[in-house]
Amino acid sequence: MNWLSPTSILLAAILAVYWQAAFPMLRSVLGAQPDLLPGLMVYAALRSRIQTMVLLSFVGGLGQDALSANPLGISVLPLFALGLAIYAKRDLIVKDQLFAQSVLGLAVSFLNPILCLLLLLSLGKHPLLGWGTLWQIAIMTIVGSIVTPIWFELFRWLEGALGPSHTTESSFRPDREIRRGRA
Amino acid sequence: MLKRRHYIVLGLVVVLTLIILNLPVQTTARLKQGINSIFLPLLGLTSSSEKLAGAAMDHVLPRGELVRQNDLLNRENQRLRLLLIEHEEITRENSQLRQQLSWQRRQPWRMKLANVALRDPANWWRTIQIDLGSRDGLSNNLPVITPEGLVGRISMVTLTHSQVLLVGDPNCRVAARVANVARDTGVVQGSGPLETDLVDLIYLSKTAQLKPGQPVVTSGEGGVFPKDIPIGRIVDSRRMDYGMSTMARVKLGVNLNALEQVWVLFLDQ
Repeated sequence: MNWLSPTSILLAAILAVYWQAAFPMLRSVLGAQPDLLPGLMVYAALRSRIQTMVLLSFVGGLGQDALSANPLGISVLPLFALGLAIYAKRDLIVKDQLFAQSVLGLAVSFLNPILCLLLLLSLGKHPLLGWGTLWQIAIMTIVGSIVTPIWFELFRWLEGALGPSHTTESSFRPDREIRRGRA
Repeated sequence: MLKRRHYIVLGLVVVLTLIILNLPVQTTARLKQGINSIFLPLLGLTSSSEKLAGAAMDHVLPRGELVRQNDLLNRENQRLRLLLIEHEEITRENSQLRQQLSWQRRQPWRMKLANVALRDPANWWRTIQIDLGSRDGLSNNLPVITPEGLVGRISMVTLTHSQVLLVGDPNCRVAARVANVARDTGVVQGSGPLETDLVDLIYLSKTAQLKPGQPVVTSGEGGVFPKDIPIGRIVDSRRMDYGMSTMARVKLGVNLNALEQVWVLFLDQ
């Protein structure tokens, strides 16, 4: 594990939060702003260390809350708890499979807003809720399941482009060397 | 399975989150300001790239179109100047009458134009961030409007940016009045997560005489918004609380999804 993976994950979290706040085209069209952080947490839980997951939940969650009317810190715990649940079972998950990535993205993107809303309600806040919330969660879930494999692909490309290149094995074997001349 | 180390990390995250959630309001606001500053370079990058795209478009726009737009704007300007002359005369007459009746003189509005920089990334709040802050003289609770009507009020101010609670956010209730003969009053609140152009006007009296299309304006009660700022128009109404009160749906005058520039209103005390 090198510095590239955690740095790129944290950078991606900041950019994802900024994108959600600065480009509301999808919200205008679909009626809901998709959340990119759950998909990123799925990637971090399957490919990274627990320290990176902690940093991701704090950087992403606090960044999201700072740009929002959310109480500061409300997005941190749901994101980390869901990431940890995947992390605990990551040896059993076929993490290279597109289907597995997509299903995990779907589940985390569905549960994350629900946990956030439950926390908000338990703190006595009054978020804007209604039947439309179900539609918003459905959009967040579907987009989350699409975005998660894209995160995996993006980081694979990034590591290939910026990470250390693997040394290729030489085909030279001394025992099969043809020795010329007298022995 | 979770190992002991994982439980310790989870416990630490829970404790840290609880500490952050229970910080005093002022400390939280300062922390939010600090974290917001991480996004300032990105904001600068976005606005400069928008300017660059605008400059590129300037070269593409045909001269004929510019001349046509200039002509339209000149005509509009002349019409508005004539209206201003009439308005100044009415204002002068109004202040004379107020003086004769010993009423308090009405203060003119002082406004500043702001660009909408960011929107709330969470789906359950309705807020925006504008590019004016405390260095521009902004403070909490200042009303924000557009020529089409009320937008909301300032809820948090940093040095360079401010957060605006939009009409329809659960934390932004507005005392409103229907511009009808009975001058029915009520409170405007959010309608639902998907209805961004509709709000509910609640606590209207059971005898309220409402008709679709009637204008709704701020009543001035509550002390945050000055009176007679347009909010929207009545869509429909129904009885609530077993006929004890009336609730009306109001279509907002402002398209909150398409906000690009807003005016912050400075109220002289």
